[in-house]
Amino acid sequence: MDSVIRDVLINHAKLPVDVAGLDRAADLYTAGLTSHASVNVMLGLEDAFDVEFPDEMLRKSTFESIASIEEALRRLGVED
Amino acid sequence: MTGSAADETLAVVARRIGEEVAGLHAEDVDASSRFPTETIDACREAGLLRALVSVEDGGLGASLDEVADAITELGRWCSSSGMILAMHTIQVACLVRHGGSEELATFRKRVAAEGLLLASATTEVGIGGDVRSSTCAVEARDDGFHLRKQAPVISYGEYADAILATARRTPESAPSDQVLVVCEKGRFTLERTTTWDALGFRGTCSSGFVLEATGGFGLVFPTAYGDMSSQTMLPVSHILWSSLWLGMASEADGRARKFVQGAARKTPGQMPPSGMRLAELAVTLQQLHDLVHGARARFAAADADPDLGQTIGYATAMNSLKVSASTLVVEVIQKALLICGMAGYANRSPFTLGRLLRDAYGAQLMVNNDRINANNAQLLLVQRER
Repeated sequence: MDSVIRDVLINHAKLPVDVAGLDRAADLYTAGLTSHASVNVMLGLEDAFDVEFPDEMLRKSTFESIASIEEALRRLGVED
Repeated sequence: MTGSAADETLAVVARRIGEEVAGLHAEDVDASSRFPTETIDACREAGLLRALVSVEDGGLGASLDEVADAITELGRWCSSSGMILAMHTIQVACLVRHGGSEELATFRKRVAAEGLLLASATTEVGIGGDVRSSTCAVEARDDGFHLRKQAPVISYGEYADAILATARRTPESAPSDQVLVVCEKGRFTLERTTTWDALGFRGTCSSGFVLEATGGFGLVFPTAYGDMSSQTMLPVSHILWSSLWLGMASEADGRARKFVQGAARKTPGQMPPSGMRLAELAVTLQQLHDLVHGARARFAAADADPDLGQTIGYATAMNSLKVSASTLVVEVIQKALLICGMAGYANRSPFTLGRLLRDAYGAQLMVNNDRINANNAQLLLVQRER
């Protein structure tokens, strides 16, 4: 799951840093994720994992780090 | 101007300032494109500049609703003064809701005690009007921060006692990793780069400057600017601006109503030709009024339930408020102009609408509606709730 999330981030997060080297707990917003790009990340994740984030998960905190994204996806039933 | 009596609402206080001060100077403020010193002094004296600050910090402990009502009243007399009070109050709201550090608490008390006027520097040369992105950065220097920002606009910057500026958190930070910094008078310099000679809101003196400031790190807000923006800066801005536009539209409505009633008195029993237009104007004005008050209720609800304030629906609603209100204010004043005819078109007439209309056209441009709609388009791609 980690590598697919990183692929989505590489394609959509437009981060000025190397995604492969990002710590799982690193704050993506501090790393340069804009609110505009975070929407594209959401869409990319939904497509990659064939899920739909419910309203209560559409929070800044859900997309804060690779770890928090993974946790959200697990709650939606995504397995490794 | 005396201070406000305890039992007076802020709206009543603002109306008195409007009648006794702002209304007298509005024409000159507009003609000379000058800062409305008399009106802002009167606002300071009456406590309007410290209204949002809590009583224990030396303010009036007023709600956003009460200040919004005051801005609506003041806007009837002098749009520029109302806009300055609105922009100042937006900065105060950030201080009240996010000013967590000891230095910011001290500064907040100074705002109340000394009646400081706060300005804002959020846009920057070279970033295309995107306030959620900065080039300049807070740099550590001599036990404090140093900041240099090329601001295309700092409204009433030369008259402000402090300027709240956005910048990247550190010189290494990404453009979107922003903080808000208080730049205090005496610790900043302004080098003017453009002058303000515009169609409307001429008293806001919204020139461009290079801002250079130093200060203690405690004056950097601890909350990320992105969070302050979505929770406070954006919704409060849109609520206070649209409350001002409501005041301007209400003033135009008042003049149109007087005009129609004057005509009706001459021909009792016969509806003046402009009577139907006045009815149409009332429909549009009610849309604007209820839109603004609905948004205020939504803000109060989000204040009580922070989870609500984080929903995409809340963000799109607060964006739509600005787009809608900024369009409706022009519609109302245009309708009033059609009703008053040449009496409204004339500059020297009790029914004159020229200045109001010129001011109103600024509403759709200050944070362009196209940009706001583009943001909403993006949010709507993932909005779920019905």
